[in-house]
Order: sequence, then structure tokens, then C-alpha cells
Amino acid sequence: MGRTLAEKVWDDHVVRRAEGEPDLLYIDLHLLHEVTSPQAFDGLRLSGRQVRRLDLTIATEDHNTPTIDIDKPIADPVSRAQLETLRKNCADFGVRLHPLGDVEQGVVHVVGPQLGLTQPGTTVVCGDSHTSTHGAFGALAFGIGTSQVEHVLATQTLPMARPKTMAITVEGELPEGVTAKDLILAIIARIGTGGGQGYVLEYRGPAIEKLSMEARMTICNMSIEAGARAGMIAPDETTFAYLKGRPHAPEGADWDAAVAYWKTLRTDDDAVFDAEVVIDGASLSPFVTWGTNPGQGAPLSAHVPDPASYEDASERLAAEKALEYMGLTAGQPLREINVDTVFVGSCTNGRIEDLRAVAQVIEGRKVADGVRMLVVPGSVRVALQAVEEGLDKVFKEAGAEWRHAGCSMCLGMNPDQLAPGERSASTSNRNFEGRQGKGGRTHLVSPQVAAATAVLGHLASPADLSDVATPAGV
Amino acid sequence: MEAFTTHTGRAVPLRRSNVDTDQIIPAHWLKKVTRDGFEDGLFEAWRKDPEFVLNRPERQGATVLVAGPDFGTGSSREHAVWALQNYGFQTVISARFADIFRGNSLKNGLLTVVLEQDVVDALWALTEADPTAEITVDLERRKVLAAGIDADFELDENARWRLLNGLDDISLTLQNEADIAAYETSRPAFKPRTITA
Repeated sequence: MGRTLAEKVWDDHVVRRAEGEPDLLYIDLHLLHEVTSPQAFDGLRLSGRQVRRLDLTIATEDHNTPTIDIDKPIADPVSRAQLETLRKNCADFGVRLHPLGDVEQGVVHVVGPQLGLTQPGTTVVCGDSHTSTHGAFGALAFGIGTSQVEHVLATQTLPMARPKTMAITVEGELPEGVTAKDLILAIIARIGTGGGQGYVLEYRGPAIEKLSMEARMTICNMSIEAGARAGMIAPDETTFAYLKGRPHAPEGADWDAAVAYWKTLRTDDDAVFDAEVVIDGASLSPFVTWGTNPGQGAPLSAHVPDPASYEDASERLAAEKALEYMGLTAGQPLREINVDTVFVGSCTNGRIEDLRAVAQVIEGRKVADGVRMLVVPGSVRVALQAVEEGLDKVFKEAGAEWRHAGCSMCLGMNPDQLAPGERSASTSNRNFEGRQGKGGRTHLVSPQVAAATAVLGHLASPADLSDVATPAGV
Repeated sequence: MEAFTTHTGRAVPLRRSNVDTDQIIPAHWLKKVTRDGFEDGLFEAWRKDPEFVLNRPERQGATVLVAGPDFGTGSSREHAVWALQNYGFQTVISARFADIFRGNSLKNGLLTVVLEQDVVDALWALTEADPTAEITVDLERRKVLAAGIDADFELDENARWRLLNGLDDISLTLQNEADIAAYETSRPAFKPRTITA
């Protein structure tokens, strides 16, 4: 019987298989950041162990890093201490680190792909649930806890139970104005926050094949929001073209050998998935969340749902609590929800293509009065590219704040936070209570919706902007 | 890791679904670089409400958390497990756990027990009617026992064995070091490297 993409990559990494035990899986690439690694390095020290494969390990600083005044000492002493701990750990053990101020610094899931380290058919782990992002290349990539970080540092392997596989086939073509973010939000709303639990998702079908690498990363990034540890997309010419020439991509004969292998990484025609979901891509429209988990979303054209409409008691209760927290009323049109803040960035939507999309919408327009808009590039390289293209000027002229690279307001570990009761439209991945700051209220949106929302001050798509006057000459 | 064999204690009913790890331990607590001292951060936002179940006098000293489905979703932060343990919880019962949280819990000796929602409902009813009611989670027999409740639970044999004996995963894996070394010699040359040797 044929095998799925996930099964092929899995099988190629089994170091040891024994009856009644999890498979011992080899890890090709281990990404580290400051938040989930200190206790792992401590564990190594306590047991007198070393990092087994420094050449498969890389670290960056992202969660705590400020996005303004990066030339000054970090104001928060606890954040500063955590970054200093990472620097000491990397120096003591010999791990390659890209600290704040380094040209390769950025959000760990933006850095890996742009360096060409994320490659098809590899296993990639990081102490961060959005490691699923790297699955866009046909890698098997998943988030791990700190105990597992220590395990990989010491052994370059992980004992793992073989996951089930789920196909998510997106038929048809996404309509004009519908993005990868809208698609993944719609998928999560469909299968639920626990729908992918225990599975590796494989996104496939014509609508997926047409997506750019950056859009594919947006999709795979949010697999975890559907409960799946990993999401994958089969590598193809789009993938190879993205990788060719990147600093760590193979060269010469290695490139040819790699591509030959990568081309085998497709689900066989006779392979059987444990579960299958089909989505009609052509039926989608811009999608936003109204609640406090990423599954609580609806088309922008819809209304805040009535909790009473839920048959399941636990979903009904969750919807009631969500509306109370979000300060929303059942039946309210989503387009009439006003926001205080717009956040563009994160490992979901902080890449150059996302910034271009925002700039295209906002160019020649102004951020609405009373709205704060933050544009935070996913990495220093993304920032430099944006500056080269003049995007930073577009953002600044519109009244947005152009910041330095990092995770920023996605989780508010640095000073970029919502105040209690403040409401954001955010291109990030989680609308959990207090995620962007205590008492903050988050609506997850695409970059295009974020930009239109910034201009109008309420949730909106670029199509709603036709009646907004633009300055002469634009 | 500490061994887990059996535990009996009073419970806290947490009637919420989709309790994400941001709720269990908010991000600003993640700046700590130790595995302890997270107890005050556990459910920090909800604990500001004096009526929140964890704040009620009859729940003090409880060690068994009985939660709604999809507990531990979201961020991979192992700090969520440490916060629950630092606070005093020995075991968490739910109809469904997020994968990463579950893996993290079992690596730290916090036993996460999956039971059908109707059993969870029965446990909620029991502890809400009588906060002094005790619940026993017996890993040797894979059973949850309480007044009028006798439920079996699944846990794969390997995870159970490691928990019962408090075994260290890294030491177990290193017993197979020869297999790892053999695998490494067979890796293709085109695989990426972060530094050149």
C-alpha cells in the first residue's frame, strides 16, 4: 500500500523501532529561542551532557525582544536576564546564535526558512508550537516542550508515537481577495480547535498548489490552532525555486541529489489517510474571529453568533464566555466592530509578502483617528527588504508605526501589549483571553483585512475601501 | 522525573473547555529561567475573581483538576505543567488534551487522564455536591475511583511504565546510542547544517 507524505518523512527518520515502544525519530534541525530553552540547558549541565549536534542546532532571540530602542539596554530586567541566559548558554555550549541586533535575527519560524535551513523531507523541532510553519516545505515540523528540547540537545532524537494522518483538500480556486489566512481560519472553524488532535495534516488540492511559499507557511503555521502538531504541504517547483540559492540550500551535485529526493515526497495515489476533509476554496470570503479561541470565527460579512444557536452545551457555554470577554452582542455585524489597535506581524503573517499586501492596501490612505497600527517585520532580513522596496515609507506616511523585528504583540512578552479592554485586529495566530495583554481583545485577520481595518477603524476588507476618499494623485 | 503510582485527593471542577496554556500560565511568567515558582501565575487572570473556583476556601489543598475538553491547547510552554505542579496538582482529568501539553505533562510526572465527558460530568457533580469528596487516580490499575464512580482509562504501556518507575527519557534513549550513531552515518550529504564543521 502507498504511503502519505507524512509517513514517508517519518519512515526516513526512524532510528529505532521496537514493539510496544514509541519510534525513536532523528531530528534534522533544532531551532532554539530564549523562552523555552533555559531549563533545558540547565538540565544538560546537571547531568554533565553536551549538545550532540551543534551543526544541526541554531538559536535566535525573538519572544522578549523590544521593537523600539533596540540600541538601548532592555528596560525590563527579567526579559534582559532571559536573553542574557540564552547568550551564555549558547556561548558555553557552542550553539550558533543570532542575537538582537544581528542581521539574521528574527522570529525563529521566519529565520529558518529564509536561511534555507528548512528543507523538504527534514524533521524540524523547536520549543514553540508554531514550528508547524516549516511543514510548508514538506518538512515534518512540530513544537515540543522544554523536556523534549533537552532531549534533542542531548541525543538529536525524540521518542514519538506515530501520528495519524488527515488530508485537507482545498478544491477550486480562492476568489480574488481571499488569502491563505482566510483559508486557514475557515479550516479551523470547520474542524475545531481539537479537530486535528493526534494527526499530521496534509494540505493539498488545486487551491493549495497555487499558493506561494509564504502563503503556505501561513497555512501550516496555524495547524496547531486546529489541534494538530504538524501540517505539511508536498514540495513542488514553487518550493524548489524558493530554496535555490539560499545560504544553507544545497549546491551543485548536492542540489541535484536533494531535488531528486524531494520529488519523491508526495503522497502516493493509493495511500490512505486516517481522515479526510474537503473544503470548497471557491466558496470562501475574508474570514475573522469573534471569540477567544481560533475556532470561533466567521466570514467578515456575517454577524456575531447567538450562543443559544449552539446545540452542544460546552460550545454554547464557551460562546457565552467569549462574547462576555470580548464585549460583543449576539447579532452584531462583524463589520461594525471598532478596533483600537491593528497589529501586522508574527510568524503567521510577518513575512515580506504580508507586508507588501498591507502596503498595497494602505498606500496613499491614512490610519483612522484613534487607531494605533503597529507593523512588525518577522525578521531583520524582512525589514531590510521592506525598506529597499520603500514599504516602510508607505506605512509611516499612513500613520503606522514601523518597528524592529520580533514576536512583539502576538503574545506581548515585550512592551508591545494591549491595555485592558482594548481591541485589536491582529494578523497573528491566537485570540486567547489576555494573549496580547491583560484584558485585551483580539480579532484574528489577514494582512489585507488588517490594513483595511486600520483605515476604516472597524473590521473591514479592502473591498470596503472603495468609498473612502484617497488623496489626489493616488 | 518523580514516579506516579496512585494518588487520592480532593478535586477542583473547572467547567471550561479550550483552556489554553496562555490561561494556565500567562506569557509574562515565561521570562523565568527555572522550573519552579510558577504557582502564583497559575490561572492568574481568572484568580483575580474571588469567586473563581480555585479561590474558594473549600478548594484549598485540592490536588485533582477536573477540566473541560481540549485542555492545554495553544502554546507549547512546559511552564503550564510546572505551574499546575507547583500549585499542588498531581493529576488532571479531561475528555481531551492538546497533544503537546499531554506530552509535556507525562514527561514531568503530572498524570493527565482522559475520560469520557459523561464521567467528567459525574466527577463534576460529585465534587460540586461534596467538596470533601476524594478522587483516586490509580495508574497501576488504570482506574479512576470515587463515590459511585469506577472508570477505566487508557495510557500506552510504555508511558505508563516510565511514569510508574519515574524513568528519565534521555537516559533511556542513550541506551540506544549505537543506533543513533549508525543512523547518522547514513544521512545524505545534502541535509542542511547550521555550521560547517
